[in-house]
Amino acid sequence: MNLTIREALLTFRRAPLLSALSVTTIAFSLFVVGLFGLVAVNLQDALRGVAERVEIVAYLLPGTPIETITLAEKDIEAFPEVQSAVYVSEDSALARARGELVEFRDVLQELERNPLPASIELKLKPRFRDVQHVNEVADRLRGFGFVDDVRFGRDWVEKLDRLRQVAAAVGLVVGAAFAVVAIIIIGTTIRMAVLQRSREIAIMRLVGATDGFIRRPFLLQGAIKGMLGGLVAMGLSYGAYVLINRWLIQAAFFSRAQALAVVGFGALIGLFGSAASVGRHLRRV
Amino acid sequence: MIKFTNVFKAFPKGGLALKDVSFHIAKGEFVFLTGHSGAGKSTVLKLVFAEEPVTSGEVRVSGFNVAELRPKDVPMLRRRLGIVFQDFRLLEDRTAEENVAFALEVTGARRSTIGARVMRVLTQVGLAAKAQAYPRELSGGEQQRVAIARALVNEPTVLLADEPTGNLDERATRGVFQLLRDINASGTAVLMATHDLDLVRQAPYRVIELQEGALVYDSVVDEPRDQAASP
Repeated sequence: MNLTIREALLTFRRAPLLSALSVTTIAFSLFVVGLFGLVAVNLQDALRGVAERVEIVAYLLPGTPIETITLAEKDIEAFPEVQSAVYVSEDSALARARGELVEFRDVLQELERNPLPASIELKLKPRFRDVQHVNEVADRLRGFGFVDDVRFGRDWVEKLDRLRQVAAAVGLVVGAAFAVVAIIIIGTTIRMAVLQRSREIAIMRLVGATDGFIRRPFLLQGAIKGMLGGLVAMGLSYGAYVLINRWLIQAAFFSRAQALAVVGFGALIGLFGSAASVGRHLRRV
Repeated sequence: MIKFTNVFKAFPKGGLALKDVSFHIAKGEFVFLTGHSGAGKSTVLKLVFAEEPVTSGEVRVSGFNVAELRPKDVPMLRRRLGIVFQDFRLLEDRTAEENVAFALEVTGARRSTIGARVMRVLTQVGLAAKAQAYPRELSGGEQQRVAIARALVNEPTVLLADEPTGNLDERATRGVFQLLRDINASGTAVLMATHDLDLVRQAPYRVIELQEGALVYDSVVDEPRDQAASP
């Protein structure tokens, strides 16, 4: 094991140029993946922000007893889709209207009777904020006898749904394409490193090295290169993010877990790329 | 030690490289393998160290049945052998010492013992003073000595040498050959492929001659010739 690590590290010293080239190639391949990832992350954030506003309002018949409403509120809160259900009484609805609709303050002030109905406002849990679930919840609400009407922005929820589907599809296809390109480029780079040492591999076999012994330093070295490439790619992505933030729009960066995932992805490609290249080489020689 | 019994070797595109070759080399023997280029000398050596599969017949090398060797046992066979080539096959980016140590490291030898063993064989081949030199800093003869040291460091029972003096001038040739004789004198069998007949005549060793893949002369079996192994 000791020797594996030493041999793996020695390569960086013995072939610094090729090693640097591999790391750079891996870094830029992953950088492209990373940039796309940034777009995806930000798009997702934006969509989540919009989805926050998916709200269902159940207007209640006037004169519904407060006990019934309190019970119903508990029931509704227990729906698996529901994140929160808030009762808004006639009075607080009016107070809110006065506060929000400044232009009509005078009109609202002079009312003799409160024209606003009481309501229960629902927010759904994030994963239920789509047309199907919103519809289901709305139907269930209509089932309560004291519910007069249920409102939600149907068109709007539908559009949001479409947008999410398109974003997911594009993300999957483009992301996969970028990942495949990165894998091919990185695989080729690593293959070069293996071929460069084919003479050494032949000599190792001649003096009785086992295939496992020959393979191990390459695997380690591939993983290290992939990881270094991933780190550099993250650095480049962060640079891009800072620039975008300063000059273009307020954007979000990867979470720590996502950044680690990219670096880990690099290490894995390095590892498997090396395994494939060395394996093929060993079978052939 | 090395025993070929009715060995045939066919290459997919090259036809028959060995035809019904049989011989037996005993422990501690020194044997010349002679013949023209393409006669099959290198093929014999490649079969011995399992670089090429045997087409038919039996090849036994220090207890291994080479024809039926599993790929994972090939390294074990090679650790019993020392192999030297015309083109030295040293790693250019390692010193003489590192090249020799390499052969021990790959076999998983203990780190603490490697240094001493490497210096011992380098001393044996007369290169202790140049342990830190890189191959490009050494003459051809010196590079071949490093290769021989690498072949010896695992204490093989047989040393295979494929035209070891083919790239060397006359003086270096004499030096390397003497070294091989010394190694043989200390008990290691040597199988040396060569077409240098002057070298063959110099020493009283057994000669096996190949011609177009067939064994045509073996000095322990056949009548001695006036002019040994004249092709």
